[in-house]
Amino acid sequence: MTTGPTPELAARGIRVGYDDRIVVDGLDLEIPVGSFTVIVGPNACGKSTLLRSLARLLPPASGAVLLDGRDIRSYGVKEVARRVGLLPQSSIAPDGITVVDLVSRGRYPHQKLLRQWSREDEAAVTEAMAATGTAELAQRPVDELSGGQRQRVWVAMALAQRTPLLLLDEPTTFLDITHQVELLDLFSRLRTDAGRTLVAVLHDLNQAARYATHLVVMKDARIVAQGAPSDIVTAELVLEVFGLRCRIIDDPESHTPLVIPMVGVH
Amino acid sequence: MTAAAERRLALPRRMGVVRLGRGVSLRWDRRSALVCGLLVAATLVLGTVAITFGEFPITVPQIVGAFTGAETSEAVRRIVLEWRMPRIVLAAIVGAALGLSGAVFQSLTRNPLGSPDVIGFTTGSYTGALIAIIVLGANYAGTAVGAVLGGLVSAAIVYLIAWRRGVQGYRLIVVGIAVTAMLESLNAWLILRADLELAFAAASWSAGSFNEVRWPVVAPVVIALAVLLPALALLSRPLKMLELGDDAARALGVRTEANRLALVVVAVLLVAVVTAAVGPVAFVALAAPQIGRWLSRAPGVALLPAACTGALLVLGADVLAQRLLAPAQLPVGLVTLCLGGVYLLGLLAREARRRMT
Repeated sequence: MTTGPTPELAARGIRVGYDDRIVVDGLDLEIPVGSFTVIVGPNACGKSTLLRSLARLLPPASGAVLLDGRDIRSYGVKEVARRVGLLPQSSIAPDGITVVDLVSRGRYPHQKLLRQWSREDEAAVTEAMAATGTAELAQRPVDELSGGQRQRVWVAMALAQRTPLLLLDEPTTFLDITHQVELLDLFSRLRTDAGRTLVAVLHDLNQAARYATHLVVMKDARIVAQGAPSDIVTAELVLEVFGLRCRIIDDPESHTPLVIPMVGVH
Repeated sequence: MTAAAERRLALPRRMGVVRLGRGVSLRWDRRSALVCGLLVAATLVLGTVAITFGEFPITVPQIVGAFTGAETSEAVRRIVLEWRMPRIVLAAIVGAALGLSGAVFQSLTRNPLGSPDVIGFTTGSYTGALIAIIVLGANYAGTAVGAVLGGLVSAAIVYLIAWRRGVQGYRLIVVGIAVTAMLESLNAWLILRADLELAFAAASWSAGSFNEVRWPVVAPVVIALAVLLPALALLSRPLKMLELGDDAARALGVRTEANRLALVVVAVLLVAVVTAAVGPVAFVALAAPQIGRWLSRAPGVALLPAACTGALLVLGADVLAQRLLAPAQLPVGLVTLCLGGVYLLGLLAREARRRMT
């Protein structure tokens, strides 16, 4: 899969907020190239806001998001969209659109007025549908699909964009456990097989610890800890960040930290 | 699986691709193309029939003769080419422009009610025209300029009030309805304080009419559309992406606010220009995009089917306006208003049925 060299994405002292409420304050972050970086933290800690400003959806009030060392705002929007993809929390499927039509819209940043459907577009869409197991749904209308299928279609659209870097905003929310695991396995394979760099916001700390190669823990608009999950996930950290008393044991399947909440102390 | 079958899989079934070499490739929608072809054919047939109507009956061979130059009668040539043609051409153009404008607004607001009639721009054009006629005593050209300005100013007001870190469709509609209500009372006041003669001129303009249309009325509309239509063609691809929601559109490299503003300006100008030429023609911008979408079964916005449907609708309404109470001529705006009422009733009935099941 040809996605080009992975750009380095970093945040330098960014302050981001809505109106007068600051949600991310003076934050530095570097996304390790080739990692599956997962951002976790309690509700309203600013993790989605951080991801949205990395994806250029929210401009920081001060500081900058850097792409290969240059302010991301200095690039053309389509140029950024060829290098950094995003699976947003909520998207809208136009009424009656078919799966393949939706997935093919992921090719927009590669298309021009007179280059509306190249062989590469075709290959990227076929490949994205194959990778997400949506090929057999290709001609079905999106509104007839189940929630899990639909999310796979949106992932396929983001994959068809063929960006070396892919940002995922709570990709597993509203899915049952099987679909969550399927999707996270798919993301893992994208990293190991296709060499993509992924950054995801996840709710489930145990899933984050299992799948992340680089874990970023946030609380109150700041980063509290980051590193390999087995290095940083401790009972003290979970208590400090989530206010949860727990024991950390070894996940017998993946040998990553597993958080077990304590009984009757909350 | 063969390579060809695999390629078909990667393309929506209804899509066709034209490759011209040197990296040039164009996509087209087979079903929409078929529907548009049929609508254009129906418009041509209806247009030909419409030329035969009138006090002076004209036959189809005479029409063909007038175009090829084989017709010897100067009177027949004049009636066909200078009196009846401009009316039919303008009706089709007005319909197409209204259909396009409605399709853009319905797509931007994600709401079948998000048409320029509902959100105040048509009423604003009328206000502009009223001020030109009653306050400034303007002639036809002045009235047209007033209508264009009125449409633009009311659109700017609605857009600015609805703006809150970008414009959301629902806010645009609610604000638009409120502004429409205020403009309507302003219009009523303007007519009430006017001289009887001016008030009558203003009222007859407000019904929208193709009576007495000649080429000099058609020409400025054609010139305006020659600029607006290519602009809309360029904006149609970002418009399709905006349907996915702002986050997805921006992630895919669309400047959402800049494109949305450009689309609003083009769509408002489309309505304002045709309203300036013939007065308000109600409901076409509301109904044509929905009917066009229903015919073409296109996902999301369907600009071309909306344009073709609009052309056929307005031409049909104008034929009815001429023939219904002939020899008395009705204003076409009155006919589209009645057709629009039927359309809205149908829409409500369908909604009610959907709720019950």
